[in-house]
Amino acid sequence: MRALTWHGKHDVRVDTVDDPEILNPRDAIIKITSTAICGSDLHLYDGFIPTMMAGDILGHEFMGEVVEVGAGSTLKKGQRVVVPFTISCGSCYHCGKHQYSACENGLPADNQDIGQEMYGQPMAGLFGYSHLTGGYAGGQAEYVRVPFSDVGPIVIPDGVEDDKVLFLSDILPTGWMAAENADIEPGDTVAVWGCGPVGLFAVQSAFLMGAERVIAIDHFPRRLELARRFGAETINFEETDTAAALFEMTGGIGPDAVIDSVGLEAHGFFVDNVLDQIKKSTFLGTDRIHSIRQAILACRKGGRVSMPAVYGGFVDKFPLGALMEKGLTLKTGQTHVQHYMPALLNAIMEEKIDTTFLISHTLPLEQAPQGYKMFHDNQNEVTKVVLKPGMALAAE
Amino acid sequence: MADTMNRASHDDAPLSTANNEREAIDEATDGLIVQRGDKLVARAVTINRPRDELYAFWRDFSNLPSVLDNVVRIDVLDRERSHWVVKSPGGGIVEWESRITEDREGELIAWASEEGADIPNSGRIEFRDAGSRGTVVVATINYDQPFGTLGRVISRIFQREPKMQAQRDLRRFKQLMETGEVATSSRTHKQLEEERS
Repeated sequence: MRALTWHGKHDVRVDTVDDPEILNPRDAIIKITSTAICGSDLHLYDGFIPTMMAGDILGHEFMGEVVEVGAGSTLKKGQRVVVPFTISCGSCYHCGKHQYSACENGLPADNQDIGQEMYGQPMAGLFGYSHLTGGYAGGQAEYVRVPFSDVGPIVIPDGVEDDKVLFLSDILPTGWMAAENADIEPGDTVAVWGCGPVGLFAVQSAFLMGAERVIAIDHFPRRLELARRFGAETINFEETDTAAALFEMTGGIGPDAVIDSVGLEAHGFFVDNVLDQIKKSTFLGTDRIHSIRQAILACRKGGRVSMPAVYGGFVDKFPLGALMEKGLTLKTGQTHVQHYMPALLNAIMEEKIDTTFLISHTLPLEQAPQGYKMFHDNQNEVTKVVLKPGMALAAE
Repeated sequence: MADTMNRASHDDAPLSTANNEREAIDEATDGLIVQRGDKLVARAVTINRPRDELYAFWRDFSNLPSVLDNVVRIDVLDRERSHWVVKSPGGGIVEWESRITEDREGELIAWASEEGADIPNSGRIEFRDAGSRGTVVVATINYDQPFGTLGRVISRIFQREPKMQAQRDLRRFKQLMETGEVATSSRTHKQLEEERS
């Protein structure tokens, strides 16, 4: 099959590799019809993530058609499914509590050592995101092997186009869980740092959960425009003193809940840990720490802090005193994708949530390297690149 | 059951977490383990399955190679004795006969190598009810700290970090019991064979 493979910094190629096979009873093989490039894939592209190996297949946002099933799978050939980016067994204590991203069996046993060392306990596996998260081949390919296919993938009704449901795989549930973790009450004002896909879905979700006002913060004009389209007020932090503006816009009170989704492009477990080591030479590490610090300082007393942004290591100058003195509640975590998929599929079907607005570019899989380059070079215009293995090459 | 694996005279923590390993081994080997070495490894894992089911799987030693990474084969000789065949560096193998020294149905299995073992060792595995969370499984292994050639052998058996290897094996046991399979990120049968060889 053809697959987008990683070979080094800014070097991704579409190669011919062996087709995946059923290896365990609960496996299924999916023929990919649509797969997206996530902002976090750019960290792999930039060479920031350790334990990548030449030839690794990328991609953790994907969907397609079931073409082969193991004896323990509940899927049927021909069904269309969206696959969660987290690999969770459905049988352990945490899956039983719907804490799917904390699954104890999703990672191969040998790959659990690092999480154990770094965090005290390993987390679930992820598709296409280095060997730290299991070394599973991703979905930017013609086919993918999906473990635990009886609990992960959600079946999509006929007639619903891919573009509408593809983001159930990651960014839509992540934005929704971010808003849910903000414990929004009717009439609340919610501030969202970062208008990437997760932030934009958090904006929509916050309104659906009863927020009266949402204030979105970014510096890319096109992304702020998208937030405005969903009813958010905006702050461009390059033009405005964000902290001062938030207090003025809320009559000196501060937002009732704050959501830090600046790390939204970084769903991988270990991104910030790596960046921590090199943060002196990059703007990313300090930027991220800046956003959560600013969010905590801006939040009203007794308010809620939701942190979908990924942090992997240790941070300096975390405002622990403000968190305590102001009596804030902080909620965070990797997304429990499987828990949110069914309700969010319904919300899409009932047109309560708009998903297709995000897609700025659609390319054949063969042009994935160009997709990575354009996404990397122009984050203002390129909000989401979707790859279609079956699409004919455009005569550009 | 008196919990001889806890250091009751000092604190309530498991012996295997003691800073003073020598003292811990002495205490451990005063208990149920027949001493067959001077290194001690113990690990606990919670498995979301009933105690009896886990005990039954472990009691049939021929099941164990599916979760113990470096064990090639275990031949069950009779109710008490088994013959272990374990990978060594350079493609060779080491072998020993092992005898069950204590067996409490649904609770505990203890074993020790017989005289003449390539690597003298003993161990036990305990199963304790954990309510709605299933069963707490505690594996304890006591083995000779080998030198020279034997050192290389043991490093292969328990990898570089014996505690880590014991934990990996217990994770595989948990995966097989809870999910019915051992997780792999291989894509093809060929890769899977290379991974497990």
